[in-house]
Amino acid sequence: MDFYVFLIIAAISSGTPLLFAVLGGILSERSGVIFLGAEGTMLIGAVVSCLTFVQTNNLLLATLAALAAAGGMGLLHAFLCVTLRANQTVCGLALTLFGTGLSAYLGKPVAGQALAVAVPRIKLPWLESIPFAGRILSNLDVFVWLSFALVMLLYLYMYKTSWGLHLRAVGDNPATSDVMGLSVSVTRYIHVVACSMLMGLAGSYLIMVYSPNWIEGMTSGRGWIAVALIILAAWNPLYALGGAYLFGGLDALGFRMQLMDIGIPSYFLKMLPYVVTILVLMAVGWRNRNKPSVEPKALGIPYMREQRF
Amino acid sequence: MNHVVKRFGDVVANDRVDFSVARGEIHALLGENGAGKSTVMSLLSGIYRADSGELFVHGERVRIRSPRDAMQLGIGMVHQNFRLVATLTALDNIILGEKKQPWRGASWKRKKAKEISELCEQYGLQFPIDAPVWQLSVGEQQRVEIVKTLYRGADIILLDEPTSVLTPSEAERLFMTLRELKQSGKTIVITTHKLKEVMAAADRISVMRKGRMIASLDRKDTNAKELAELMVGRALNDAGEVPAGQAGAAIMAVQEMTVLADHGYRALNGISFEVKEGEIIGVAGVAGNGQKELAEAIAGLRSWASGTMTCLGERMEGASIRRRIDKGISLIPEDRMKSGLAGSLGLVDNLMLKSYRGNERFRMGVLRNKDNERWAAQLIDRFDVRTPSLTVPVRGLSGGNQQKLLLAREIDQKPKLMVAVHPTQGLDVGATESVHQMLLDLRDSSAGVLLISEDLDEVMRLSDRILVLYGGNIVGELSKTEIDKDRIGRMMAGIGDSEEAAR
Repeated sequence: MDFYVFLIIAAISSGTPLLFAVLGGILSERSGVIFLGAEGTMLIGAVVSCLTFVQTNNLLLATLAALAAAGGMGLLHAFLCVTLRANQTVCGLALTLFGTGLSAYLGKPVAGQALAVAVPRIKLPWLESIPFAGRILSNLDVFVWLSFALVMLLYLYMYKTSWGLHLRAVGDNPATSDVMGLSVSVTRYIHVVACSMLMGLAGSYLIMVYSPNWIEGMTSGRGWIAVALIILAAWNPLYALGGAYLFGGLDALGFRMQLMDIGIPSYFLKMLPYVVTILVLMAVGWRNRNKPSVEPKALGIPYMREQRF
Repeated sequence: MNHVVKRFGDVVANDRVDFSVARGEIHALLGENGAGKSTVMSLLSGIYRADSGELFVHGERVRIRSPRDAMQLGIGMVHQNFRLVATLTALDNIILGEKKQPWRGASWKRKKAKEISELCEQYGLQFPIDAPVWQLSVGEQQRVEIVKTLYRGADIILLDEPTSVLTPSEAERLFMTLRELKQSGKTIVITTHKLKEVMAAADRISVMRKGRMIASLDRKDTNAKELAELMVGRALNDAGEVPAGQAGAAIMAVQEMTVLADHGYRALNGISFEVKEGEIIGVAGVAGNGQKELAEAIAGLRSWASGTMTCLGERMEGASIRRRIDKGISLIPEDRMKSGLAGSLGLVDNLMLKSYRGNERFRMGVLRNKDNERWAAQLIDRFDVRTPSLTVPVRGLSGGNQQKLLLAREIDQKPKLMVAVHPTQGLDVGATESVHQMLLDLRDSSAGVLLISEDLDEVMRLSDRILVLYGGNIVGELSKTEIDKDRIGRMMAGIGDSEEAAR
C-alpha cells in the first residue's frame, strides 16, 4: 500500500513540470507555432528561479522571475517566427541551444548549492479521511494544485470561450481567421509567450520542488519529452494530464526499481519512460491511422496575408 | 472603384480598373482566368491593398485595409476556396470572429443556433449546423459561407467563382438563392468565366481582360457572343467539332477497382472500365467523387484495396511507379507545381526528370549537359513553351507555359496511356487550345488518354467516351454520339438514368 502511495506521489511530482510544459506547448501549437525551445526555456526558468531565490529567499519572487525570463524567450521566438516569419524549427532549436548555454553560465556560481525551499503544502483535513486517495491528495504542494487548476482552466478556455475558438481557428486556418477579422499575429504572440511562461514555470518547479539544487542541464530531456507529449495529448489539456503522469509514473517507477536492486542495469530503467513514449505514440498513430489528424493544420507555417499559392 | 492598380512583383494584376455596382443588383464580373477578377474581389474585401486608386462605398470614399474594415462597411465575401475552418462546426465557423460574450455555455450556443437556423430558413439555405465542416458537401459549405456573410450583417455580398465547384443543379439552386437575396435588398457581385450563367443570372455585366476593365453592360443590351468576344479580345471562330478517334486494341483494362481515400472510406467502389488505343476517355464528375483517387491508383501513387489492372497484357495493380512509367503510363497531375515540376529547377532539369537515367542524357555517371540542352531546346521549340531562358526556375513561368513544359516531358516519353487530371485548370484560352491539341495528337498517335476534368465542356469536346463518376461508382457511360449535357449533369448529381440515388 505504502509503495503505491509513494509511487503515485512521486509520479505526480515528476509529472508536474512536464504537465506545465505540455500545457504551454499546447497553447503555442494550437495557435500554429511550434515551440521547440522547451528545453532551453525550462533551463532558463530554473536557473533564474534559483538565482532569485538565493538572493531574496522568496519563493514567490523566484517563480515570478522565472515567468518573466521565460516570457522573454517566448517573445523572442514570437518575434522571429510571427513577425519575421523565420523557420520555426530552426528558431526553436536555436532557443534551446541558447538557453542551455546561458543557463549553464548563469548557474555557475550557485551550482550544487542546496536550496532551503519550503514549498507550502495545502492541508485539507477533510480529504485525509478518504482511504488511499486522501493520503495522496493531502500531500500535494501548491504547484500541483495550480497545475490541476490550469488543466481545467485551459480546457474551459479552449472549448468554452470565444478566445479559445479564435485560438483553434488561427491554428487551423489563419487565412480564414484573418478574413473573419481576427488578428493572427496578436493571437500567436499571446499564446507563444504564455507557452514559454508555462515552460519557465516548469523549470521553476524542477528547481524549487523536484530537486532543489542547480545542476547544469538539469532538465535532462524533459523539454523534448514535453514536445512529444503534446502530440500524445492530441493538443487537448485534459489528455495532457494523463500523458504527463504516465511519463512521470514511469520515471518514478524506474527510479524505485533501481533502489530495489533487481538486477536490471539502471540505464535500461532510465530508458523506460522514453521507450513507453515511443510505444504509446505508435499505438495512438495506429489507432488513428484512418481518421483525420487532429494536428492544427497550419502548425509550423508562417502566415502572410498577400501570399499567393 | 476608380483607377485602381495592384501589382504583384512585376505583374500588374489590376491596371487602372474602374468598376461600379448599383445597390440591389446582381452584377457579374466576367473574364478569363488571370484577367484580374479575383484581385478586384480581394481588394474590395480587404485581403489585398491597392497600390493606388480610390474606393467608394455608398458614395463615400473609404479605405479598406483589412477584412475587418470591409466587414464594417457591410462587404462580405464568399471565396472560391472556402474560408472555413474544416475541424470546427458550421455554427462555430459562423460565429467565429464575434468578440462579444467570451463565455460560451450551452444556453448561449442554443440561442445562436436558433438565430442562425432562422436566418437559414429565411433565405432557404439548408445545412447541418452542428456537423464539422469537413463532413459537409461542397454545396453545403458554400451555403455556410453565404449564411456567414449574412450573419455578419453584409449587404454587399461578393462571390468569387461560386459555381466552379457545383453541379449544374446545385448552381441553379445557388442562383435562386441569389435572386432571393436581391429581393431582400442585398447587392451581389459574382465573378465567373461562364457566359451562360452570366446571361441567366446577372442584371449587369462588367468584362475584364488582362487586368483591365473592358466594358460594363446591361444584360438586356448584350448577348453571349458579344461578351465572349470582349472577354477574349478577338472574334471567336467556333471551336469546331473534334473528329472522333480510331479506337484500336485495349491498352488498359481495370476490373473491380476498389480504392480507399485518405480517411479510410471507399473512394472507388469496384469500378471497371477499359481504355483503348486511339481514344480519349473523359471522366466527368463533381470534385471529391473519386477522380483524384482514380488517377493516383492508376499511376501507382495510391495502393489498391482490391481489383485488377491489366496493361498491355501485364498485371499492374501492384507494380511500382517506376515499372508503370517504363510500361508507358504517364500522369499529368492535378497540381502541376506540387507533383509535376520542381519549381526551383530550370527547364532542362525539369525535362530530364523522367529520362535522366537513359544513355542519351547520362553517360558514365555524368550528365551530358550540352546534348541535354540541345534536346531541351528542341522540345521547348516543338511544344511552344515561352521562356526567357532554359535555366530560369520554372516557378516563374506562367501556368500555361508550365503545363506545356510538363506535357512536353511526358509526351516525349511516348506514353501508351496518359492520365491527365484537370490539364487546363487555370490556363487561358490560348494555352488551353494548345493543351487540347497535344492531347488529340497523342490520341492520334494511337495512345490512350484518360482525361479527368471538372470542366464539363472540355470533357464533352475531347472525349470519345465519357464515364460519369458519382460517389465512387461509374453511374453512366456515354459514347460520343450520346453526349448530352443535361443528362451528364443529372448523373453527376447522382440522379442516374435508372436509379434515383439522389440526396
